Amino acid sequence: MVNSYSTAIVETKEITSDRYCKLTLKAPAASVKGLPGQFVMLYLPSEYGPMLPRPFSIYATDREKGLISLLFEIRGRGTELVAGFDEGSGIKLLGPLGSCFPEPPPGALLLAGGLGVAPLAFLARRAKTPVTVLYAVQKADNLAFQPEELTRPGLILHLASEDGSIGYEGTALDLLAMHLEQASALYSCGPRKMLSKAASMAAKAGIECFLSLEERMACGIGACLGCVTETVQGYKRVCSDGPVFAAGEVVFNGKA
Amino acid sequence: MEKPDLKVNLGGIALESPILAASGPFGYGHQYRELNDFSQLGAIIVKGVSSEPWAGNPAPRLAETASGLLNSIGLQNPGLKSFLSDDLPPLRDCGTKIIVNIVGRTIEEYAAVASGLDGIDGINGLEVNISCPNLKAGGMAFGTDPEATHKVVSAVRQQTSIPLLVKLSPNVTDITVIALAAEDAGADALSLINTLSGMTIDIESGRPFLGNTFGGLSGPAILPVALKMVWQAAGAVKIPLLGMGGITSASDVVQFLLAGASAVAVGTGIFYNPEIVSGLKEGLVEYMVRKNIYRVEDLTALAHRGGINDEQ
Ligand SMILES: Cc1cc2nc3c(=O)[nH]c(=O)nc-3n(C[C@H](O)[C@H](O)[C@H](O)COP(=O)(O)O)c2cc1C
Ligand code: FES
Repeated sequence: MVNSYSTAIVETKEITSDRYCKLTLKAPAASVKGLPGQFVMLYLPSEYGPMLPRPFSIYATDREKGLISLLFEIRGRGTELVAGFDEGSGIKLLGPLGSCFPEPPPGALLLAGGLGVAPLAFLARRAKTPVTVLYAVQKADNLAFQPEELTRPGLILHLASEDGSIGYEGTALDLLAMHLEQASALYSCGPRKMLSKAASMAAKAGIECFLSLEERMACGIGACLGCVTETVQGYKRVCSDGPVFAAGEVVFNGKA
Repeated sequence: MEKPDLKVNLGGIALESPILAASGPFGYGHQYRELNDFSQLGAIIVKGVSSEPWAGNPAPRLAETASGLLNSIGLQNPGLKSFLSDDLPPLRDCGTKIIVNIVGRTIEEYAAVASGLDGIDGINGLEVNISCPNLKAGGMAFGTDPEATHKVVSAVRQQTSIPLLVKLSPNVTDITVIALAAEDAGADALSLINTLSGMTIDIESGRPFLGNTFGGLSGPAILPVALKMVWQAAGAVKIPLLGMGGITSASDVVQFLLAGASAVAVGTGIFYNPEIVSGLKEGLVEYMVRKNIYRVEDLTALAHRGGINDEQ
């Protein structure tokens, strides 16, 4: 696949609760080609010295208008810089990159912990079958988008918060335990600890499970071997062998 | 003025341009070829190859630092056999010279890769990475000891007549001692610098961030250190130098040439700008035209000889 490196134009920028940023970019090639689970690298010009590009999962696309949206938490210099771009300004973008989620079977569960929701929301919107999204946050304020944003026929959304301020009171894994029995497959993205436990719960339930992993990246295209994760077949690159892996492949804390 | 002449001879390798791709960041070249015209490069130095496959270090392997990058890839590579069957063939028509970076944990391992690469079609040079830990000397890098350096380079030299670059580690007290040892052992040129040893700590977990604890620092943060070492080596040895460390612009390229390098390599810079290759060359040509310098060879070590005489 030929990677496309081009200038994307910031179409709209929404910063919610000082913490999350939804950035919509005019990037026709990435918009047409981008699939759920894939990401783009954004390049950050900085007067204080160059910085590595940052990977962002695709949150939504509008193929007709040639737009892609990214949804991220403002945390650290890289995301602060990206959130600082004004509407109308240009930003260098490489992508879409990486592997995508397979088409979910009817009745699949999409389990999102925190910002892991971005690629799963994209998957839930694009999927052709009924799916259930389980989205867990610490408290209501931490929702990265309004639940109304994630609707389509056949899509069910269940929320949970650790303090009970919205949805079910509990963690992502509590929510998963409640819904696992009826599930046909599990797709998940979020903190590594959560993924590890979710993967073993899916294995016990005997259902297929796909995980989207995160790692620090430099090239984003499989050249530098910097972003590896341990798998049953040795180290694999999160950027180009992943970020979506079959859960059975991934080795968590030295254990498959 | 005629079009500037960018040709240089790097220890017997005739290069069309003095700007090369440094070993590592470009991998085996396949991914970045789509984004860059490799014929603009003097050569691509491919990622370290060992006689047997190396698994590399545990994750995480990357951490960004102020204007720099710490990496602890651990020289993960598929080994000589797989390099020759899978990685080298598609690279042969990439439009530039190919230099293979070689690594080992014992002198025998270095010699084995060198002999396996000797006489292979399409390989224009070898670059011996002597920053690897020497298993028999308790893991101390070969390149931090002049005797170990001499032994490795001599052993590789015996295996091949391909032009030999020796890639120096900056983690030494006096770079000229190692440079002289490598020259004496038969190196045709020297590459410098490799990454500077460093670390970073995650204050949330309270533990070292990198899976391997230590990593190698690269990027603009190390440029002044690299430049000084090139300057020092240029004053010590007669063989040509390939300068690198933090290059992201044409003015960085020029600085290395003025300090004594015959050619330069860009590594981490490709991460900041995946199309960096052609811009560097254009910028160099622009500078030469502006300064009325026709041959890039004439720039080499000019800073040692009183600098540029604009009136000439
Ligand atoms: C991700 C990465 C991988 C590297 N791998 C190798 C390698 O396999 N062999 C080697 O001799 N040097 C390796 N290096 C060192 C570079 O070739 C270069 O000497 C160093 O990074 C300084 O140049 P730079 O600042 O332009 O990157 C690597 C550097 C990086 C950042
Ligand atoms: S970031 Fe370079 S291989 Fe993945």
